Amino acid sequence: MKVGVVTFPGTLDDRDAARAVRFAGGQAISLWHGDEDLHGVDAVILPGGFSYGDYLRCGAISRFAPVMQTIIRRANEGMPLLGICNGFQVLCEAHLLPGALTRNHELHFLCRDQKISIENTTSAWTSAYTQGQEIVIPLKNGEGSFQCDDATLASLENDGRIIARYVGENPNGSRNLIAGITNARGNVVGLMPHPEHAIDTLTGPTADGLGFFTSVLHSMVGK
Amino acid sequence: MALDTVAIAQTSPDTKQPFQELGLKEDEYARIREILGRRPTSSELAMYSVMWSEHCSYKSSKVHLKQFGDKAVKTDALLVGIGENAGVVDVGQGYAVTFKIESHNHPSFIEPYQGAATGVGGIVRDILTMGARPIAIMDPLRFGPAEAADTRRVLPGVIAGVGGYGNCLGLPNIGGEVTFDETYAGNPLVNALCIGVMKHSDIKLAKAAGSGNLVVLYGAKTGGDGIGGVSVLASETFGASGPAKRPSVQVGDPYVEKVLIECSLEIFAADLVVGIQDLGGAGLSCATSELASGGTGGMSVELDRVPLRDPSLSPEEILMSESQERMCAIVEPKNINQFLAICKKWDVTATVIGEVTSGDRLEITWHGELIVDVPPRTVAHEGPVYKRPFAEPAYIKQVNSEKVAVPMPTTDAEIKAAVLKLAGTPNLADKSWVTAQYDKYVQGNTIQAQPDDSGMVRVDESTHLGVAVATDANANWSYLNPYEGVKLALAEAARNIATAGAIPLAVSNCLNFGSPEDPGVMWQFAETVRGLADGCLEMGLPVTGGNVSFYNQTGATAILPTPVIAVLGVIDDVRTRTPMSFDRSGLELYLLGETKEDFAGSEWAFIHGQRGGQAPQSDLQAAMRLNSLLVAGRTEKIFIAAHDLSQGGLSATLTEMVLRHGVGANVKLNNTAVDLFSETPGRVIVAIDSSKKDALLTQAKKAQIICTQIGTTGGDSLTINDAVISLAELHKAHTETFPRLFG
Amino acid sequence: MAKIVVDVMLKPEILDPQGTAVGAALPRLGFTFAKSVRQGKRFEIEIDGEATTEQLAQVEKAAETLLANPVIETFTVRVEK
Repeated sequence: MKVGVVTFPGTLDDRDAARAVRFAGGQAISLWHGDEDLHGVDAVILPGGFSYGDYLRCGAISRFAPVMQTIIRRANEGMPLLGICNGFQVLCEAHLLPGALTRNHELHFLCRDQKISIENTTSAWTSAYTQGQEIVIPLKNGEGSFQCDDATLASLENDGRIIARYVGENPNGSRNLIAGITNARGNVVGLMPHPEHAIDTLTGPTADGLGFFTSVLHSMVGK
Repeated sequence: MALDTVAIAQTSPDTKQPFQELGLKEDEYARIREILGRRPTSSELAMYSVMWSEHCSYKSSKVHLKQFGDKAVKTDALLVGIGENAGVVDVGQGYAVTFKIESHNHPSFIEPYQGAATGVGGIVRDILTMGARPIAIMDPLRFGPAEAADTRRVLPGVIAGVGGYGNCLGLPNIGGEVTFDETYAGNPLVNALCIGVMKHSDIKLAKAAGSGNLVVLYGAKTGGDGIGGVSVLASETFGASGPAKRPSVQVGDPYVEKVLIECSLEIFAADLVVGIQDLGGAGLSCATSELASGGTGGMSVELDRVPLRDPSLSPEEILMSESQERMCAIVEPKNINQFLAICKKWDVTATVIGEVTSGDRLEITWHGELIVDVPPRTVAHEGPVYKRPFAEPAYIKQVNSEKVAVPMPTTDAEIKAAVLKLAGTPNLADKSWVTAQYDKYVQGNTIQAQPDDSGMVRVDESTHLGVAVATDANANWSYLNPYEGVKLALAEAARNIATAGAIPLAVSNCLNFGSPEDPGVMWQFAETVRGLADGCLEMGLPVTGGNVSFYNQTGATAILPTPVIAVLGVIDDVRTRTPMSFDRSGLELYLLGETKEDFAGSEWAFIHGQRGGQAPQSDLQAAMRLNSLLVAGRTEKIFIAAHDLSQGGLSATLTEMVLRHGVGANVKLNNTAVDLFSETPGRVIVAIDSSKKDALLTQAKKAQIICTQIGTTGGDSLTINDAVISLAELHKAHTETFPRLFG
Repeated sequence: MAKIVVDVMLKPEILDPQGTAVGAALPRLGFTFAKSVRQGKRFEIEIDGEATTEQLAQVEKAAETLLANPVIETFTVRVEK
């Protein structure tokens, strides 16, 4: 199963996302931002980093990349799409997900091992977890505060579209401790913390993050 | 201003030139005239002034640094030694690791964020220039007193700058130091270290060879950043009322450097460059003269082809500009199209600005007029060499005769209070407030980072080969005895590599001192270099390169001599490393090494205002035996944990160990105050399963290292004899300091 | 030649930690006039000739699509005399 990992200028965690895909048993395909062709991949990951240096707003320029035209179209047709950190920011700017990510409320870049609870296990990227499962994966960003209007918040909550919530103290000021959300269909997921940095205990705080990647491989079986 | 050309210079020998304002001395100006056989043009004067500045030419330190070559360690592991942008070491399996540490002190006092950020940017480019992918950074930092208002101005800016630039480059920060001392008020030390990895065949050197090959400038456009920053800043001390000149600090853009890194690595992989140099201090003046000097000797450059951000810059300003994120490559004509295509793919500006010539001059033209015509070696490598006078300062005999008068806690309450005090003192307190602003995960290969003894990264995902780096300095000891002080720092850094079970391989250094015009400071420097060269020879660790930062002083008051030593080591399998601490009870704790009464220069003495006494004597043979014991502890699977003792002595080590995983310890000491707070070098605490006791004692005997059981692990407190300190209390004392000070 | 200025601000209900930090710093420096401070962005766009209604409409569209994120930001467009 092929999972595409996009590289924009300034993307940082693409190789780590590719490694996580391989660990999970999939084949990682590198996708260049300037190339509209998705090279036959079954799913796509927009990884973390500082694409375009976070110029203007995080993800604001990346969303217009040629590769994004195709990704948006395929996502609307149901292709699984995961945006991690900067990738989540791109998904919001591209309006594939509602809301926006703003500056951490305490203004500092924050890197910590963050406990989150998985609240939606029906999405393409979280089926490997159990409802309410608490996992620890690294959170590392300066603009991770999820904001949206009240109506959006209500529909996200009521429709069970919160993928994950921060457990304990709110690390960045996100509304309702939201760490990740999904679209109505469950194929597009945005997540602020980094599961690709928690795939083994040698290099990460836990191996809890691997589930995101095994989920999507299982969700594609039989397609 | 009319263009000053070589032709005009030849016919106007008596034109007054502002060489003093540019930082050149009378005799240096005279020598330039002698080299050229005429007066220099203003562009040539600009080039010589930046390249002959202390920061670029090492004029005060060269005669001493020569010892690293004279007393060089014979080793096959050193692939590239001193003289290139960074040293390169063979770590096995065909991999070469390059590392270097550098300073960006003065700019960080002026503009903390940008000073620190561009410091990181600069050292990363040095590593990139060697042909390596940068894989990690470290930041040893020193500030004035923690409670001082100016520290609250400088520290947060520096941390934000290191994090802001390093995180955006995608480099994990795997360690560093934060030390507070009034000696650094007004002179913060921001030293930055970078590690890169490559295959042996990827090594690139800074030389322009091959007549007809093209000189290509790529990266950011050139603007007015830091014009004269190098010669103005690093060769001037700060007057007590503020900086002597108004320097312009460089502003960095880490995104541009990230793109530059990826673009360069793609160019390297396609083997498209013959030589490469990054543009750091002294910008184009440095890159062109060093490339030409390192190569076959000749280069011609059309300066007007340099892409500019600011079209109003004069040729002199372009030559002196320190705009960040620029590189200079030598490319064969047959490869230029591919080179430019890769730059275009990454949206990196690239311009052919000249070519390598068969002559032996560096010739630069501006719109067809010759404005620079110099022998490049005289600019880049044959700068002034000073034999500055040095003499043992009066303070040495005086402080060495002082008795260290510190309280010696004896009652349980006193012991508990002392341990808690040290746990929370700014130099020893928990540094999470700092390290949480750094990404330690990016690239997915970080095995150890702060607060571990060393930073460790995996180099090969299938074999699990890894490298470890540690930096150490002890200005207190260097102040008391510069020769011994640096040897002790070297031993400590090497020991910090060995505690995880890695093998020390090579050394880099950042020597931070006051003014070389002060004979006492020069003596401290001379003694330090002598000690480091002797120490490295004795320990078999080659010095691969480093950095000297002089003029760290305010008025006539120099900083304490602060040589920062970085040691790189290798470990064949990172999965087998010995962690810093234990996560279960019932283990036995042993002290390796012997404790004596060594309070001079200790943290315990420092917090009681005692700065005098005699520094400990180094015993590098014992240090090496201890290191081999530490490595054996890993390979023989004896150690469950190992953590070295340094500032704060046993008290700090135990505090850090019990708080790491929240497992307490029960310790029995005989000479409690000395055992807890003395800072005798060459000691490590290890935790073992009781079944390994015989194995440990056998190895210790083999290494001739004293090994004493001091206690066991377990419980929810640190208990020393009958003094019980709950982990909760200890945690609070240790972790509340930085948030209280810096918000 | 004309200059069009686009001012972008966070919507009032969105937390602005930078503005808050600036507001907290002012009194520390002796400036007590501010009740609150919010931080935004200003874009200066130079165009040839005078600004026509069509051009201004284009700038509005650009502001909506790129310069601002309408989910969390509002903007104004004006011609600078």
